[in-house]
Amino acid sequence: MDMVAGKVKMTQQSVNSTMNPIDALERPIRLTARDVTVHYGAKQALHGISIDIPDRAVTSFIGPSGCGKSTFLRCINRMNDTIEGAKVGGTIKLDGDDIYDPNLDVVELRARIGMVFQKPNPFPKSIYENVAYGPKIHGLARSKTDMDEIVVSSLRKAGLFEEVKDRLNEPGTGLSGGQQQRLCIARAIAVGPEVILMDEPCSALDPIATAIIEELIDELRENYTIVIVTHSMQQAARVSQRTAFFHLGNLIEEGVTEDIFTNPVNKQTQDYIMGRIG
Amino acid sequence: MNSLIIAGMLLVLLGLAYQSGWSRSRGLATTAGVKVHSRPQYHGSYVAIWAMLPALVVLGLWGWFGEGITTNYITGQIPADTLSGLDPVALDATVARIRSLATGYGVAGDVQPFEQAAADALRSFQFITFVVVTVLAAVAGIAALLYARSRITARLRARNAVESVINVALIACSAVAILTTVGIVASLLTEAIHFFSFVNPIEFFFGTVWNPSFSSTDTGAHGQYGLLPLLAGTLMITIIAMLVAVPVGLMAAIYLSQYAHPRLRAVAKPIIEVLAGIPTIVFGFFALVTVGPFLRDFGNLVGLDIKATSALTAGVVMGIMIIPFVSSLSDDILNQVPRTLRDGAYGLGATKSETIRNVLLPAALPGIVGAFLLAVSRAVGETMIVVLAAGNSPVLRGNPFEPVATITVSIVNQLTGDSDFAGPQSLVAFALGLTLFIITLCLNIFALYIVRRFREQYE
Repeated sequence: MDMVAGKVKMTQQSVNSTMNPIDALERPIRLTARDVTVHYGAKQALHGISIDIPDRAVTSFIGPSGCGKSTFLRCINRMNDTIEGAKVGGTIKLDGDDIYDPNLDVVELRARIGMVFQKPNPFPKSIYENVAYGPKIHGLARSKTDMDEIVVSSLRKAGLFEEVKDRLNEPGTGLSGGQQQRLCIARAIAVGPEVILMDEPCSALDPIATAIIEELIDELRENYTIVIVTHSMQQAARVSQRTAFFHLGNLIEEGVTEDIFTNPVNKQTQDYIMGRIG
Repeated sequence: MNSLIIAGMLLVLLGLAYQSGWSRSRGLATTAGVKVHSRPQYHGSYVAIWAMLPALVVLGLWGWFGEGITTNYITGQIPADTLSGLDPVALDATVARIRSLATGYGVAGDVQPFEQAAADALRSFQFITFVVVTVLAAVAGIAALLYARSRITARLRARNAVESVINVALIACSAVAILTTVGIVASLLTEAIHFFSFVNPIEFFFGTVWNPSFSSTDTGAHGQYGLLPLLAGTLMITIIAMLVAVPVGLMAAIYLSQYAHPRLRAVAKPIIEVLAGIPTIVFGFFALVTVGPFLRDFGNLVGLDIKATSALTAGVVMGIMIIPFVSSLSDDILNQVPRTLRDGAYGLGATKSETIRNVLLPAALPGIVGAFLLAVSRAVGETMIVVLAAGNSPVLRGNPFEPVATITVSIVNQLTGDSDFAGPQSLVAFALGLTLFIITLCLNIFALYIVRRFREQYE
């Protein structure tokens, strides 16, 4: 579990900078957000967030409760569309294409940007059907054999296959919390996404299940761009290469994880990391 | 008048007792260094309960025995020689005449002097007993109040005492509900068994002819009581009703819970639920004057022979009546499916209709089935629409365009009218009622079982 923060060398970026030199990073930028605002009715939840998220690395969002980190995460695959009265402003681009473009199909977008939620939420179906559901609605498997392959490889990637291979037809809701969460990760992977968003994926899990998921995240980093919201600063330090600190709907500071934790520039970030706010 | 005075007296006693317990408790609380076990309102309730109980017991005793005592008193007022000339029935009549005279409403026929004297005596007797009973109740209440008040100390566990009284009261209320049901079932059972002493149960349950003859002079033949035509009619109407109500109700629920704008939902949901508040007789009327003729004309148009009063008419209107029931229950159940499940499906890129079809409905299915079964048991027991719109023709046939009769309608027919209450013509209603009760009971138990299984899944 000894994650060396910043395996991928990245230079630190200035706060809310609107000019992020892509060539300054070793990883290309996948997601670019500029001046993203969110209103829930009359209440403003986000005040102009600008951030770049690099390819095949883990970016973590930290900050006290209600700071807007989950709200911002939900903007990235347009999950806020499903909330009554939510209004999103600014631009978010995935590989240069605006995801809030009216011509963009949100169903396709969500197939490219998968999501894992705070509480494990397997469907009340069998383990197999849980994983097969995404590929089925997107028509990814041509035959039963194809589907079997997708299901098995997704479960394998989520590190769950060995534990459930004998009971693929049993309900997914019968698994333990940690297993359920890995099932949800397998379900997200099965669609073949490029980006995986994780909204506090370990907050409902015990320490052992958490350690397994963290290990898994570290492995998934090889193939996926991962954005994780977490309450635990230790978790952010362990799994992520870049960290962004949110406070009261603002992005306060963002940079290489090691730098954020050892040498934060901003006073508020310092206070949070030292445990003085939040 | 009298009961008003007593109610007023009890209210005053209640208020006084509560107030006195409360203030006593507050007095304790101000004493420094004492930790009072219960809050003042519990002490107030404690004293109030203590004060009310003896008062109610006194009044209850009078309610129980007062009638007999009064009758005895009246009998005592009748002169001995007159009394000896009265048989029990005439005595009852005389006592009733005296009571009527005492109330001041007067009686038919001439008033005999002894009756008038007895009535006058009765009037003063009633006044005196009323005063005595009221005063006794008040005295008992006040005595108990003072006693309870004197018991209040800092360590008195008034809260526990009050809670256990509330507990007993709640148990009593549920006992009333359960015992009533038991009583109804018991009376149904005994009368049904009585009926089966006239008619063979096999003949009843498997007979295909329903023809209860009303001639009570003919003691040999009682008519034919075959349940099957009625059961078939009931089932046919219920199936038609569910065919109407289930698709429409379910779609309405899906639209309201998933698609409708909150503002539309806020208006539409109450409007649909108003449908449930319309008395069934109004639906029956609507079936008789509007839907029936419309279906008949429509049948003529397409070459079908549809009677104006038929299983179809009754079934369609009953289905309309049940729509809000199905949609409102299904709506609640759909909303109970955790939001995280919906998010999970959306997060995988499922469209709204895919989410509803593949995730929401399967998750809600047991609950929705439960709602349907409850709706079925309503349809089976529905009476007014069928009385008016089904045509009352207890013949076994499978054509929904023809008139039918149901179990409920036959109960109405057998119990209304001038038949001997001890004969099978009337008693068959109890056997029918019992059958109906068992059908709906089984449906309800099955529905509750399914609904409970659904609840366990998410808690």
